[in-house]
Amino acid sequence: MEGLRRLRIALIIVILFVTYCSSSSSSSAPQEFQIINAERRIDLSSHIVNVFLTLKVENTGTVTASEVLLAFPPTQVDNVALVKASSVVGKKKKKTYVPLPVKPSTQPNGPNGAQLVSIFLKDPLNPGETVTLEVLLILTHTLEPFPAEISQSDSQLVYYRDSALILSPYLVKEQTTYIKTPSSKVESYTVVEPTNRVNTELKYGKYNDQAPYSYSPIIVHFENNHPFAVVEELLREVEISHWGSVQITEHYKLVHAGARHKGVFSRVEYQSRPSISGISSFKHLLLRLPPRVHSVYYRDGIGNISTSHLRVSAKKSELEIEPRYPLFGGWKATFVIGYGLPLQDFLFESSEGVRYLNFSFGCPLADTLVEKLTIKVVLPEGSKNASAVVPFPVEQHLETSYSYLDVVGRPVVVLEKKNVVPEHNIRFQVYYNFNPIFMLAEPLMLVSVFLLFFVACLAYLHVDLSIRKS
Amino acid sequence: MAELEIGKGSKLRYAFGNVLSLFILLLIGVLAFSIRLFSVIKYESVIHEFDPYFNYRVTQFLTKNGIYDFWNWFDDRTWYPLGRVIGGTVYPGLTLTAGTLWWILNSLNIPLSVETVCVFTAPIFSAFAAWATYLLTKEVKGTGAGLTAAVLLAMVPSYISRSVAGSYDNEAVAIFALIFTFYLYLKTLNTGSLFYATLNALSYFYMVCSWGGYTFIINLIPMHALLCIVTGRYSSRLYIAYAPLIVLGTLLASLVPVVGFNAVMTSEHFASFLVFIIIHVVALVYYIKGILTPKMFKVAVTLVVSVGMIVCFAMVAVLVALVASSPTKGWSGRSLSLLDPTYASKYIPIIASVSEHQPPTWPSYFMDINVLAFLVPAGIIACFLPLSDASSFVVLYIVTSVYFSGVMVRLMLVLAPAACILSGIALSEAFDVFTRSIKCQLSDLLSDPLPAAGDMASENSAVQNDIVKVDKHSTAQKSDEGLKERTSKKNRKKEKEHVEKVSIKARKEKRLLVLPLETSVIAILLLVMLGAFYVVHCVWAAAEAYSAPSIVLTSHSHDGLHVFDDFREAYAWLSHNTEVDDKVASWWDYGYQTTAMANRTVIVDNNTWNNTHIATVGTAMSSPEKAAWEIFDSLDVKYVLVVFGGLVGYPSDDINKFLWMVRIGGGVFPHIKEPDYLRDGQYRIDSQATPTMLNCLMYKLSYYRFVETDGKGFDRVRRTEIGKKHFKLTHFEEVFTTHHWMVRIYKLKSPKNRVRGKTKKSKSKASSAAKLKKVDRGKKNPWH
Repeated sequence: MEGLRRLRIALIIVILFVTYCSSSSSSSAPQEFQIINAERRIDLSSHIVNVFLTLKVENTGTVTASEVLLAFPPTQVDNVALVKASSVVGKKKKKTYVPLPVKPSTQPNGPNGAQLVSIFLKDPLNPGETVTLEVLLILTHTLEPFPAEISQSDSQLVYYRDSALILSPYLVKEQTTYIKTPSSKVESYTVVEPTNRVNTELKYGKYNDQAPYSYSPIIVHFENNHPFAVVEELLREVEISHWGSVQITEHYKLVHAGARHKGVFSRVEYQSRPSISGISSFKHLLLRLPPRVHSVYYRDGIGNISTSHLRVSAKKSELEIEPRYPLFGGWKATFVIGYGLPLQDFLFESSEGVRYLNFSFGCPLADTLVEKLTIKVVLPEGSKNASAVVPFPVEQHLETSYSYLDVVGRPVVVLEKKNVVPEHNIRFQVYYNFNPIFMLAEPLMLVSVFLLFFVACLAYLHVDLSIRKS
Repeated sequence: MAELEIGKGSKLRYAFGNVLSLFILLLIGVLAFSIRLFSVIKYESVIHEFDPYFNYRVTQFLTKNGIYDFWNWFDDRTWYPLGRVIGGTVYPGLTLTAGTLWWILNSLNIPLSVETVCVFTAPIFSAFAAWATYLLTKEVKGTGAGLTAAVLLAMVPSYISRSVAGSYDNEAVAIFALIFTFYLYLKTLNTGSLFYATLNALSYFYMVCSWGGYTFIINLIPMHALLCIVTGRYSSRLYIAYAPLIVLGTLLASLVPVVGFNAVMTSEHFASFLVFIIIHVVALVYYIKGILTPKMFKVAVTLVVSVGMIVCFAMVAVLVALVASSPTKGWSGRSLSLLDPTYASKYIPIIASVSEHQPPTWPSYFMDINVLAFLVPAGIIACFLPLSDASSFVVLYIVTSVYFSGVMVRLMLVLAPAACILSGIALSEAFDVFTRSIKCQLSDLLSDPLPAAGDMASENSAVQNDIVKVDKHSTAQKSDEGLKERTSKKNRKKEKEHVEKVSIKARKEKRLLVLPLETSVIAILLLVMLGAFYVVHCVWAAAEAYSAPSIVLTSHSHDGLHVFDDFREAYAWLSHNTEVDDKVASWWDYGYQTTAMANRTVIVDNNTWNNTHIATVGTAMSSPEKAAWEIFDSLDVKYVLVVFGGLVGYPSDDINKFLWMVRIGGGVFPHIKEPDYLRDGQYRIDSQATPTMLNCLMYKLSYYRFVETDGKGFDRVRRTEIGKKHFKLTHFEEVFTTHHWMVRIYKLKSPKNRVRGKTKKSKSKASSAAKLKKVDRGKKNPWH
């Protein structure tokens, strides 16, 4: 089985190489770069994989160029949650990082389906100049548990697949890859000479003068007992009330996405030997909430869950929750967390009566991947021209919801994004117009209803409807 | 002169009294609602116990799928593989009520969840019940007694126990319906209005929709009608109150699917038809008596009696034939156990096994109705001074409900309103007497009588004001013709009643003894203290005794509050980590909760309609592992759930219920014998226990690996070390145990592959044959 897979991968590489040779001659790119030095550090300590790339890029072409391309193998491209790039300015101690825009490339895909992403440099690079780029890639769903099912006393082993060589559309003169595993327990790893393992670090390289789109698959099989907490679906409802509070309700569908639990769950073993039994399971989760949070609740479909602690300080609030039962591989849990926040911390007024909500995107659960995140910002009844500004691409549309005696309904801005990682916890803004007179609509409605009721009562008491007087 | 003065002032005071009593009633409603919120404040807004979970689930279905799907709902998630026709076997009143409430709220865009509406349905209807009590008692003894009774009912512990927030059960709305039906009956009886008679039938219909206890109404009202006839109190008002109720009520009742033809076919309803005939005969007699001369009448009587006898015999014959041919043989088990308290324990262990079907103990009377128990006799006496149609009804009500409450704890709930009404009458009359005598004494003492007396009276109780006022009003009645002019039709009717009542009262007043001043003051003080004691007790009962939701338990220890949320832990685990179609077997107590909270199919549940099915589960639990596995496997069960309190000391666990499983199982499958599980007639699980006990499935599933927790296997409920400590399970595997071990879930292992057996065939042939034989002999599996 394993041999077969290797063979297939080798075949792919051959095809890849051949197609490259045929295509590189035909397509004459106007911009030409080469990478003088590349260093890649892959952090495998949690279930979200962080890849730090440091590229020293040189313009070898004849024209000034500003678009540097990164390539991803087609199997990885769906798992890329985030690409962040910045250029390094200054030397050694006075280094500053200038964030750069990253966009999916408009150029045709590379050979064999390799997907390209462009980084746009701030200052175009003249021929012969070099620039140092720092790229952060966040990959999800790249660790595959093997064995896929483990019993309570086993620890969890996972595969990590990648290439020993950095996939790049450019010539790479010098490259090294470091892979950091969470513990020194590494079952096996592919050797692509020179390969070296010291304690928790695996070093591939240095490799010199690798042609564009070179690929050399590797598999690392290692122990990772980090809780694989994945929120399959998260719905966050942010409801703005101009009477002074923002109410947030978050519906979680949590799953342990690690190796599936198999067979017996013995409470005796779980309680008496916590260090051995079920080490890949988890029962605590931490939520980082904004400061001055109030009326926090934590419940699920069948009532309150009593195992939670809230710590409030001036700078941040932390809510530590336990699901009803410890989560083993494949086990699921759903719950709802709700809290209120003071309005003045999040709602601001910009020019001409336009208000905007400044709120954090992403999931407050620490160290958790969200597969599908939906944020619904419910604006007060009577608001107009709602629009959202989010620093990264999301799907958005408008809805209307009705609650508490609404007549025309409240506009709802819906934002949806897949594969959300903690790095997405950045502020986003929702702009809208609102006339404060609408705040009085519902109280006035109630007052008039009661008035009518009393008038009706009065009328009834004073009108004699009997036909015959006696 | 004085009379005229009063006449002028009384109009204003009458209006003031109305506003005051309206305000008091509003406060009573608030009291009734808020005293039931302890459970929400101390615990959480959650549905309680067992049956409410079923009702909640039905309500969810109703709000989601609408009324037509609800009527046609065949529930395949319970009583597997039989299923249950929910629409035809459930009293829909509560569900429809809560569903309507939810629908109204949602159409006003108030986004309350179904659960919230269900939780607060009971407190809301308690407030309604208090108001209905006011109306009922007002019909009997006037406004003062009405208000007192309403206050008492708002916080009577017996009713609180069934209607705290979250206790979403039929009784919550049924008690309101019961009282309101009785009120409308008395109202019709007092006014003779066909309008109220129709309302009465509708209210009876609502009661039939809500609770099986409607049979109490349909027997009590005929009894009262009969009583009136026998004591010569027959009037056209009685006829109007009774006949339309029976006709319309029975028609409407048979519209409820769960009742259907039972409304004319079961013996519970026959009393009403019998009295229906009698009342017509009596009506005819009165009519004929009216149009004939006495001499002719005598002739007619002989004629009618002879013809009537024949008709009666024919009727009786028809009735007997109907009873004999009716499918339920006339009486249902629960009704029979009401007539013969020992019936259930003799023949139906399922009914007897429920703690709320046991006869109550004396302390439970004190706990549930407290000082009312002492006030009731005084109330009965007050009802006889003078005896009216309405007060005789109340007396009959208390007498019958005392009997029924003595049979079943659960029916204490029916006693509570009666006790409140009579105590309200007693208290109000007592205050009346005492304050009146104080007033008389004071008017003797002081030369300026009226204002001072008024002050004193109002100081003692606001309620009192009203009664005195009504009385005064009535004494002044004849003189103030002017008042009548502006009163509408309704008011006039009221006044007519007053005239009737008042004439009686006025006579009574003259006869009243005037008690000495000191005695009256002390007596009032004592009565107030008694009331205070009652209030304190009720608040305590509401806060401490009856608010626990029973699905989440708490215990106070030196290091703070401990919460045992194991049930929901297990149900949540089941709902998220098993397949949707998996079947879960447990004792029937947990059936409703499993379907509602875990959304899994169960074998048996709290609607104990199929004794054999329950006995099958009981048999499996009390069989050895292998036999139990076969029974469960034949039922397609995937998981077995047991409740075990031995680790934390939770006494109502499955081991303590186990003897009932044996009894119920043994009742159907005779190879399960209770003595096999008892050592010298004693039920024990320690080393002295019988081998049958130590090898049965329930023991094994409860105590599997229990010894590893403390090394000895000490059971904190039974306060003993368990008998068999180290054993292995061969046909079951533990898949989940909750944090405090209160719920343990096991999975049936799939049978072993035969392939391995083949290689050893020659060796094990002999032994396996022997085994097979043994199994055949031992196998009394109900499915073979």
